[in-house]
Amino acid sequence: MTPTVRTFVFLAAAASAVVAGRAQTPAPAQPPQQPSEVVSKITGDSGAPPRIAVPDFLVAGGDKDTAEIAKLLAQVLYDDLTFEAEFDLIPRDTYASIPVARSLSEAPFDRWRELGADGLLMGTVNKSGQNIKVEIRLFDVRTRRQLLGREYSGAASNPRLYAHTMADEVHLTQANLKGVARTKLTFSSDRVRDRATATIEQRNVKEIFIADYDGFNQRRVTVNRQLNVFPSWSPDGRAIAYTSYRRGYPDIFISLIYQGTMETPTNGTGQNWLPAFSPDGTRIAFTSNRDGNSEIYVMNRDGSSLRRLTTHPAIDSTPTWSPSGAQVAFTSDRTGAPQIWVVGADGLNLRRLTSESYADRPTWSPAPYNEIAFSVRTGSRFDIKIYQVDNGATRQITFGEGTNESPAWAPNGKHLAFMSTRTGRASQIFIARRDGKDVRQVTRDGNNFTPNWSPAQ
Amino acid sequence: MQRMRTWTTMVAVTMMAVAGASCSKKTPPVVRPAPPPAATADAGMGSTPAPPAPPPPVRDEPVSVALAPPDPAIGSKNLDDLNRESPLAPVFFALDSYELSADARTQLQGSAQVLKTNATWQVTVEGHCDERGTAEYNLSLGERRALSAKAYLVSLGVAADRLRTVSYGKEFPFDPGHDDAAWAKNRRAHFVITAK
Repeated sequence: MTPTVRTFVFLAAAASAVVAGRAQTPAPAQPPQQPSEVVSKITGDSGAPPRIAVPDFLVAGGDKDTAEIAKLLAQVLYDDLTFEAEFDLIPRDTYASIPVARSLSEAPFDRWRELGADGLLMGTVNKSGQNIKVEIRLFDVRTRRQLLGREYSGAASNPRLYAHTMADEVHLTQANLKGVARTKLTFSSDRVRDRATATIEQRNVKEIFIADYDGFNQRRVTVNRQLNVFPSWSPDGRAIAYTSYRRGYPDIFISLIYQGTMETPTNGTGQNWLPAFSPDGTRIAFTSNRDGNSEIYVMNRDGSSLRRLTTHPAIDSTPTWSPSGAQVAFTSDRTGAPQIWVVGADGLNLRRLTSESYADRPTWSPAPYNEIAFSVRTGSRFDIKIYQVDNGATRQITFGEGTNESPAWAPNGKHLAFMSTRTGRASQIFIARRDGKDVRQVTRDGNNFTPNWSPAQ
Repeated sequence: MQRMRTWTTMVAVTMMAVAGASCSKKTPPVVRPAPPPAATADAGMGSTPAPPAPPPPVRDEPVSVALAPPDPAIGSKNLDDLNRESPLAPVFFALDSYELSADARTQLQGSAQVLKTNATWQVTVEGHCDERGTAEYNLSLGERRALSAKAYLVSLGVAADRLRTVSYGKEFPFDPGHDDAAWAKNRRAHFVITAK
């Protein structure tokens, strides 16, 4: 059994438990069939990114649904690979002229080469009852050698997870990249349309949701009919800290999403909001009015070792950690309009970073990048800019298509999630590459706000 | 329920009066509640031993009636009705500002009077913003607005521990519109009476 397969079985079990609300025992993984481990990587022509084709998977056995799954697996794998942009994917609607292989050993490599493919990702799927077995192989089209071979098996309840796992495997082995295919987003949504008890106004509540990074498998985390906003993943991916008004005022709660339990680290001291886990998961930076106005604090995850980082009568809010955990960037209006500032996690070396008309929601990229994305007021709306910490340069990645706010980095730093009204009045979550290209819509139901991206698997 | 308790109290008072009158060996009136026993004794013969001390008041003795607020219409309302009619009108702010305007101060002076008159009321001061700021910054801006209103009320003599603040940022607009008129209504400190 390879580590990959073992990891997958664990994930499938966890996912089943979340979906059904009860643990299911997945079928034991099959022993590995692949003849050899990967040693070589796919290459493109003269330094260009490798061109890769992903035809529909072959049906190796199953029921009437299996052909649909075979098509789905290829499409999801294709979408995942396209989004990371490490490879040049050959559009799937151009494969029609190429004969469908009857087995993985009979691929028409000459024809794929004519189409310009450097690599060919071929797979099979075999469905048996509630279980599924998926094989994936990456061939070098020129040499016809297999560069990667994997087999995955488990519950058939979420076939997309198999494709995502394959995409992550391809990126890890072929591009030395931790892909985001199995990551999730958490965000706040008013889609349930519940209303809080109020005396005069209609007050729509918001609950915390999670979804796969591509928007599938959306699930509700909180059920308390109050405002639940500003979710933030723990670095182990097992907990979400957020701001909830469940006690009538903003306070920080941590939901352990796979256990269904909750922690309240602030112990009822003051009002607290906008929690952000440190990169090592041991500390939480947050905003609190406990000393009279909005200031930045850091506490251990259990609420101990409280440290105040700012002391100023102006507003200090919205902290985010540097990749090393040594610094915290935040928003302050101490010089007038809100700007992005940075301070050491020891409270020393305060300095201002931006000179915008109005800047908020700094979010520091993970390593190896050292950049801070933030929302900036551009006219009557907001756009997303990125500040390079090393040289102070700033670039803009959205340009007035609706408002664009609350950016959040993907765990590999190659993508951003953000809220935008670009498709209409409703606020929705979108993801894009770090250059602002390849924008994909993640939510469509209700209004959705303040995304945060889970760690990689 | 309230009426029933009052009736029970009246019956109890009547019975006690009857008992007291019996002790003083007077023939009590029977058709209406008797005057208090002590008064009966004072009016009677000096040689008659003093009647026993009146029994302690029953639990529902309507003491609170004497402390009813000067405006009985407000006092009789439940919290929902009270808040719906809003004796503490909201105050409004300029864009990105938490400074109280002259109008807002005048408004709060009136609210301070209402709060002094109704000295038992507990109030939550909610800070709200319009939709044009970010959700994150607006949470702090709304807090500043609530604190501005509270601080002024306290300076006018309202006890600080009667005023709780909470910011909702731009989460609960009063007017769902997207124009200047709606935004002006949404940049506000809003008062909710939570106990009276």
